[in-house]
Amino acid sequence: MTWVNDVIQGILLGGYYGIIACGLALMFGVMRIINLAHGDIAVLGAYLIYLLLEHWNVSPLIGLLPVLPVMLLLGYLLQRLVLQRSLRSGLLTPLLATFGLSIVIQNVLEQTFSPDVRSLGQDTGSLVTAAWKINSEISISALSALIFGVAVLIFAGVQLFLSRTNAGRRMRATAEDPDTAELVGIDSRSVYAWATAVAVAIATVGGLALALRSSFFPYSGPDQLIFAFEAVVIGGLGSSLWGALLGGIVLGVAQTIGAQINPEYSILAGHIVFLVVLVSPRGGLLTLRSARGARRAVPTVTT
Amino acid sequence: MTAASEAGPTPALAGARIQRWTPLSAGFTSGFGLLIVALAFVPVVMGASVVQDLTSLLTLVLLAVMWNALAGYAGLVSVGLQAYIGLGAYATVWFALHGFDPYVAMVLATLFCAAVSIPLSFIVLRFRGAQFAIGTWVVAEAIGIYVSFDNQLGAGTGTSLIQLYSYSPTHREHFTYWLTLALTAFFVIAVFFLLRSRLGASLQAIRDDEGAASSVGVRVVAGKRILFILASAGCGAAGAMTLANILFIEPTSIFSVNYSAFMIFMVLVGGLGTFEGPIIGAIILYFIQQQFGNDGTSYLIGLGATAIAFALFIPRGIWGLVEERTGLRFMPVGYRVRRRAPEPGADP
Repeated sequence: MTWVNDVIQGILLGGYYGIIACGLALMFGVMRIINLAHGDIAVLGAYLIYLLLEHWNVSPLIGLLPVLPVMLLLGYLLQRLVLQRSLRSGLLTPLLATFGLSIVIQNVLEQTFSPDVRSLGQDTGSLVTAAWKINSEISISALSALIFGVAVLIFAGVQLFLSRTNAGRRMRATAEDPDTAELVGIDSRSVYAWATAVAVAIATVGGLALALRSSFFPYSGPDQLIFAFEAVVIGGLGSSLWGALLGGIVLGVAQTIGAQINPEYSILAGHIVFLVVLVSPRGGLLTLRSARGARRAVPTVTT
Repeated sequence: MTAASEAGPTPALAGARIQRWTPLSAGFTSGFGLLIVALAFVPVVMGASVVQDLTSLLTLVLLAVMWNALAGYAGLVSVGLQAYIGLGAYATVWFALHGFDPYVAMVLATLFCAAVSIPLSFIVLRFRGAQFAIGTWVVAEAIGIYVSFDNQLGAGTGTSLIQLYSYSPTHREHFTYWLTLALTAFFVIAVFFLLRSRLGASLQAIRDDEGAASSVGVRVVAGKRILFILASAGCGAAGAMTLANILFIEPTSIFSVNYSAFMIFMVLVGGLGTFEGPIIGAIILYFIQQQFGNDGTSYLIGLGATAIAFALFIPRGIWGLVEERTGLRFMPVGYRVRRRAPEPGADP
């Protein structure tokens, strides 16, 4: 029975990894770049929410609302000022620039907020303690269920945005072939900037989820980036957006089962599943499916 | 400005010739050889602090040259070479525990890192671009966690190379320095000759356009694998040297991604894809560390911001700029096409 509970907790944890992975997958899908500062941006979002809590006593869930537009703007500027320029000079430059950015964000955060470990969990009232007890072994905490629900909503929202709106169609067209998209009048730079803005905003939600369900400190970012990346790769890098959520769930289950064997093995189990998926002939769960000719769950975002 | 040289010109096109050496580069390359010989005598004439400083500097040079070999010549940006820095250090401890002389253990650890990188290359070389960067990082994290489980190696709290204490402090410093010099020189020279070989040309073809290289028969994966193994061994050596220099290690710091940050900084600032650049970058980082190393976060913010600025505005680094402006090449690994007229022509 504990195994059943582990799997359930792992799936719920996967919701968090899905949120963190979503923005990473979106940026990779649209621009073919991986933002190495993605995790640090999520942590930055968490600190902004913490700032509101400290100074104006704003509850974290409400604090997210004013922080989101700020992060959207930051994402937009990040693309316009840093990434756009780096995209011009080849594939390696965005990688180097975002790695530099990651170092800068971590150390600015430490300088501003001290290296203390913080958590926002206790500031959300009953949300953290509330749980549904199914039986003596299995109980589902309201917080993890909420995070999982938000993850599904985010993925559904991004999918609807990409498939139903004009802005989404422009984004898909640019992802497929930016030059051809330019020919029909799409400004790829604007599309890229919006994709980054949305990715950064989603990362902020991920940062809040991290701050609520566990803790964060200025150097939490790289771990979150690694988990997000593992989720994207396990889900079949580039086969579909939902793959990132599925990959997140696989990663979450691997980590909880690893922790059941020995608490120290939690993270290692995730890394091992990632590496096993990597060496498997097709690499990635959803690539396997689409390779068999199954219909893709989502219109391809990531070619 | 160098005049067109007489050093073995091969007429290829009418009015142009292809050359590798200029008198200046021949001079500098032999100067480089002499420098290595001269460096070997430093412990005889200089004091302990100079020897220790030079040991750290040489380790930085080794790291920068290795990272550049992967990124600058095979287009493989790695954020995970700290895997081998950590492995090199811990393998040294392991070999020393099993009865080898600590200095022999360092060489064995270097070979061990090369051996470990062979199977790992089959995993990580499936990745391209950014995926390779993070894929190697995950491998480094996994190895770091795995090592921290090993009680014999001090688990999470760290371990030291106590066997080194059987040498007197002066001998220890000198031997460590000589071994660092020998290993650094070995790897730098290995990269130099590798890049000048047929393999070097194919590696740069891979970096510039993998598909095109593969279509003209370049064995893409084999070329990448050789550089990956070389870089892993070199970083393993650097890890062993770091241990010999600081004597104590623990998993979180020796497997820290900060090593990648330093390597990226040195190569970006010095000049990605140039032979001389990483060496210049290492010297610059060394002086920055001496000056600002104790400033903690501000120092790292400065390094990160500088790296961003170089990536965006001066992607070829300091040496790239110098090369572009002056056509200088001290250590030629490529060829240049010159007009018969004495002014220097464009590089190929």
